[in-house]
Amino acid sequence: MQERAKALFMPRQDLIGFAVLALILIVILPLILDVFRLNLVGKYLTYSFVALGLVLCWGYGGILSLGQGLFFGLGGYCMAMFLKLEASDPVSTKIQSTPGIPDFMDWNQITAIPWWWQPFNSLTLSLIAVVLVPTLFAFIISVAMFKRRVGGVYFAIITQALAAILTILIIGQQGYTGGVNGITDLRTLLGWDIRSDNAKLVLYFVNCILLFGCLLIAQFIRKNKLGRILVAMRDREERVRFSGYDVANFKIFVFCLAAAISSVGGAMFTLQVGFMSPSFVGIVPSIEMVIFCAVGGRLSILGAVYGSLLVNWAKTSFSESFPELWLFAMGALFIGVVMAFPNGLASLFLRYIEPYLPAWYHGKAKPVQPAEVVEKAPLTSTDTQPETATSKSTEKQSDETVPVNSLEGGVYVD
Amino acid sequence: MSIKANDFVLEVEGLTVSFDGFKAVNDLSFYVNEGEIRVIIGPNGAGKTTVLDLICGRTQATTGSIKFRGKELTRMKEHEIVHTGVGRKFQNPSIYDDLTVFENLEISYPRGRSVFGALAFKRDKEVIREVEATAETIFLKDDLDKQAGLLSHGQKQWLEIGMLLIQKPDLLMLDEPVAGMSVAERKKTADLLNRITEGRSVLVVEHDMQFVEDIAHRVTVMHQGKVLSEGSMTRVKNDPKVIEVYLGH
Ligand SMILES: Nc1ncnc2c1ncn2[C@@H]1O[C@H](COP(=O)(O)OP(=O)(O)OP(=O)(O)O)[C@@H](O)[C@H]1O
Ligand SMILES: [Mg+2]
Repeated sequence: MQERAKALFMPRQDLIGFAVLALILIVILPLILDVFRLNLVGKYLTYSFVALGLVLCWGYGGILSLGQGLFFGLGGYCMAMFLKLEASDPVSTKIQSTPGIPDFMDWNQITAIPWWWQPFNSLTLSLIAVVLVPTLFAFIISVAMFKRRVGGVYFAIITQALAAILTILIIGQQGYTGGVNGITDLRTLLGWDIRSDNAKLVLYFVNCILLFGCLLIAQFIRKNKLGRILVAMRDREERVRFSGYDVANFKIFVFCLAAAISSVGGAMFTLQVGFMSPSFVGIVPSIEMVIFCAVGGRLSILGAVYGSLLVNWAKTSFSESFPELWLFAMGALFIGVVMAFPNGLASLFLRYIEPYLPAWYHGKAKPVQPAEVVEKAPLTSTDTQPETATSKSTEKQSDETVPVNSLEGGVYVD
Repeated sequence: MSIKANDFVLEVEGLTVSFDGFKAVNDLSFYVNEGEIRVIIGPNGAGKTTVLDLICGRTQATTGSIKFRGKELTRMKEHEIVHTGVGRKFQNPSIYDDLTVFENLEISYPRGRSVFGALAFKRDKEVIREVEATAETIFLKDDLDKQAGLLSHGQKQWLEIGMLLIQKPDLLMLDEPVAGMSVAERKKTADLLNRITEGRSVLVVEHDMQFVEDIAHRVTVMHQGKVLSEGSMTRVKNDPKVIEVYLGH
């Protein structure tokens, strides 16, 4: 009963999980990879922001969005607009008919920077816009939908439609957005050449720090009452509503949070890759993000990172040899994961690896006997922990671990 | 609190709801006293659940008025109705399977109900004490750390009742609380309801006649959306109209 009082923000297992990820991303990968490969990993990691947002909004809140590219893209475009203005100084654009404006504007016979581009002359305003614009967008969408109690498949379809609409808009308004090519040829950030190896290295670490910041926010949410309300809402929305909660507000909050996290990833993408284009906004990238999240495990915030890394690594290696087959492979991967491991890699870890980890991992409070787990595991077709293990551990553990384990599974066999 | 004869907790007057022309509840009026256990009985499809839906705001009334302690409920949002002190249990046990019994009760505890309230919510001594006290009342003290999905059917029903109790509602509405319970569990539930009526009124929909006899102060019999008969259990049981449409078969 004592233990229940301290609702742990970071239980031992989670702390170790965070530490291992930090070790991999911040120490091991920079040591073994050259800058080119590390930059590639950095790019993959920008997607994991989106996947992380999906863990909160889809895994926990039950709100499937098929349009997260919208927020990734908007964040990325806000960053790109700043960098493009900086790259378009009158000296380097003196061959244009109107020097001092972005090249694609010049090609489209536009002679002055439009008013809504003006704030992006300032880095501060641009950084605010990176998060604010997508979040505001998410706020408008979610208020319009959730206050009217539109949810489930309808919501997913609407987000997908919005992602498609934004893509079409960006492509159509070539003179203001760079069209289908996107905003390219970005060079410096306040005079600092972002294309240099040194900059790529620094940006990789900045990206890692931001990612861990977002992971900590997500960890706070899932260990907070708000996280439990999200789970409750996902399973029994009516019950939550008739327990005195305005359910729509919680959905709006988590959807906006997911958008804000995605937007940071988008901005870091632009910085590390050096351009932003509509191909990261539309339906296909949005669905890919859902796949990263599903592969990692939609209830696991660390799984979101591993899922993004693994799928993208597979994509890169695979599409180098068979580019035309990649989409099919991806589709098969998604269906395979959803059918065989509804909770992704994280559930495999919980079932096959965690029980074998040494005692220091579990701390003294978790007396799980691997033998028992092995015996039971093949019998249950769902990927829950065997009931015996769960009920045994409940007595000695704080309640923190029980719901986490239980979240990993769907149906209990009792 | 003084209890006057006309000091009703709940006043339902001329309540009608029409689903595409079909009047599931038709010009219904009834009044519930302070501290009273009122049971609504009636054949399947009589409109009993719909009445509870109307009171708690799940369904919008076509016409009529529902006053709770003088406040008109028909225009309020669901969560606002809960905040005025109306709690409702659903016909099928509706609990959060993935959370523990403790967490189920904690979420129902009436604090931190806004987004930022929830973010700032602390599991302090008061919350733990309330949760433990409620768990004791609903016979689940030893199962606090159990995942709610693993409870037996009867225990789930109790848990949902507990989730309402912890909100300390003035009006508790229960839709078939003993459905699927064993005889022993029914008896315990009847005791439970008789214990918790202090300072609150209870509106129960139930089919189990023995259970109704055990708990009801007054009974309202519904038929085709209207009140067929009302009064004490003995009176209602001997009403020829009731025998004909409901108890007779
Ligand atoms: N949302 C709705 N739309 C259309 N018809 C409805 C709706 N809700 C209820 N009804 C109809 O209203 C009638 C009353 O239903 P209600 O669920 O209130 O009955 P009940 O008395 O609770 O029955 P039971 O004892 O079976 O639970 C039924 O004929 C039902 O089909
Ligand atoms: Mg009913």
